[in-house]
Amino acid sequence: MGKNNITSLTLIGTIKGLKQKDFSEEELNNAYFERIAKLNPKLNSFLEIKKNSCGIPAAIKDIICTQGIKTTAGSRILSNFIPPYNAIVIQRLLENGISVIGKTNCDEFAMGGSGENSSFGPTKNPWDLNKVTGGSSSGSAAAVAADLCAFALGSDTGGSIRQPASLCGVVGLKPTYGRVSRYGLIAMASSLDTIGPVTKSVEDAALVLDWISGGDGYDSNCHPERSEGYKHIFFAGAQNDKLIKGLKVGVPKEYFGEGLNPKVKQVIEDAIKKLEEQGAEIVEVSLPNSKYALAAYYIIVPSEISANMARFDGIRYGSARVDFGPEVKRRIMLGTYTLSSGYYEEYYAKAAKVRTLVKQDFNKAFDPPAGGVDVIVGPVSPTTAWNLGEKVDDPLTMYLSDIYTISANLAGIPGLSIPCGFSEGLPVGLQILGKQWDEETILRVGYAYEQSTEWHKEKPKI
Amino acid sequence: MKLTKDQVKHVAKLANLPLTAEEEKRYSEQLSKILDYVEQLNRVETSSAEPTFNVTGQSNVMREDETTPSLSQEEALSNAPQKKECMFETKGVFED
Repeated sequence: MGKNNITSLTLIGTIKGLKQKDFSEEELNNAYFERIAKLNPKLNSFLEIKKNSCGIPAAIKDIICTQGIKTTAGSRILSNFIPPYNAIVIQRLLENGISVIGKTNCDEFAMGGSGENSSFGPTKNPWDLNKVTGGSSSGSAAAVAADLCAFALGSDTGGSIRQPASLCGVVGLKPTYGRVSRYGLIAMASSLDTIGPVTKSVEDAALVLDWISGGDGYDSNCHPERSEGYKHIFFAGAQNDKLIKGLKVGVPKEYFGEGLNPKVKQVIEDAIKKLEEQGAEIVEVSLPNSKYALAAYYIIVPSEISANMARFDGIRYGSARVDFGPEVKRRIMLGTYTLSSGYYEEYYAKAAKVRTLVKQDFNKAFDPPAGGVDVIVGPVSPTTAWNLGEKVDDPLTMYLSDIYTISANLAGIPGLSIPCGFSEGLPVGLQILGKQWDEETILRVGYAYEQSTEWHKEKPKI
Repeated sequence: MKLTKDQVKHVAKLANLPLTAEEEKRYSEQLSKILDYVEQLNRVETSSAEPTFNVTGQSNVMREDETTPSLSQEEALSNAPQKKECMFETKGVFED
């Protein structure tokens, strides 16, 4: 098997190839390593590369601690930080025969939606090197899109897995908050942070989730019983035409209003039609408070950030606080202000109540006695990838690109982004949101869609 | 909501964040704009809503009070910019 063929395989295809002895683990690692050496200078997807001779190569967002491998969180302040321990998700991957081929670029401490807030330069979109990848899991999405790894891990606090996955044309899964242990994830906003897979297929995402989910005693929000099998939904020989027959798919009218690019809208509407053709029942739903989600998010997140970032004191690890980049400083300032004496009620407490309303909107939409839906679908991002540099001077405009993804984080529910077409040569992602703890149904819908389309097989010419 | 430069200075001090004069000016403008945007929350009726701080419903998760293996002193100190006699070294708090 040729080198390019090896690197174009999905994770499940790779496992199959190894089992059939089509290639060895060493050949697999060499093929990926050579491809990274060739393409990374163009993409700036990896900050650190490791040459292994065994294991299936995974790319890990550089905000997840890897023992003995430099972990910077995309920040100058941690430019020499070498974790003395592995995050639980890394331990789990290693136990399942995965190796870390490299650490991927990201917005500094995952704060950003374009990849441009990295202290180590932006990641370039493999579909067009002049465009952003989205963020903050910029390098992970680009690495999967460009076949520089079998799969990647990212983190999602407000859309940081789903949005770059959408803009780079790959699969991204944000699990339910509490499904995957955050131990070893460098914290941004603790009540919203999640770790999840970025993959070449929906099946791959299910498999990786299977490996990494479940508690460890180090993240009190993540219980051992949260580890469930997701593989069975595919491997039991599911019949494609029955996968989503009769399933109720909600389409929130608020996600199709002003601000959504008309060409993206068309692609999403076509994708929804496809689900209908497969027997799903399409129902309009309303998430009336979603218009306030972004404002609530930009109070809650900076507030939690200001507390989490206090640990960077330059004494135990890292350099001095002056080394924080502009977006990190901006959010620390904002959060310190909204939590400061006299303002807590007005900002943080108010935002926490609005968060309740956002969550209740989803509960209502999903509520079975009220004729609720099984999943909610819509766009991931209001536009396709934009030009590098286009929004860097206007933080508020940048924040608005997260408008369809943050509600899921506020509500703690799972969300999947899958490739569903192109607009002017750039990928568009379909977002599938599910009930809390119900990754299974969103994966099933994603899988059914993927089986009936070829979008996920498109590769960037790079 | 206009955030004055003095307020920015005060917040920076609370956050232990050394800012340049240029940054103070920039953040005063940018943060004012963001605070204007989030002000729309005042239009939302929330008198009957309980605040949500955690979505899993977990609280007071306990474990047995047992010792388990942890990082060695050497590992714990491995990233410290300055160390002395196997301890973190920092500026004195009560020195003149």
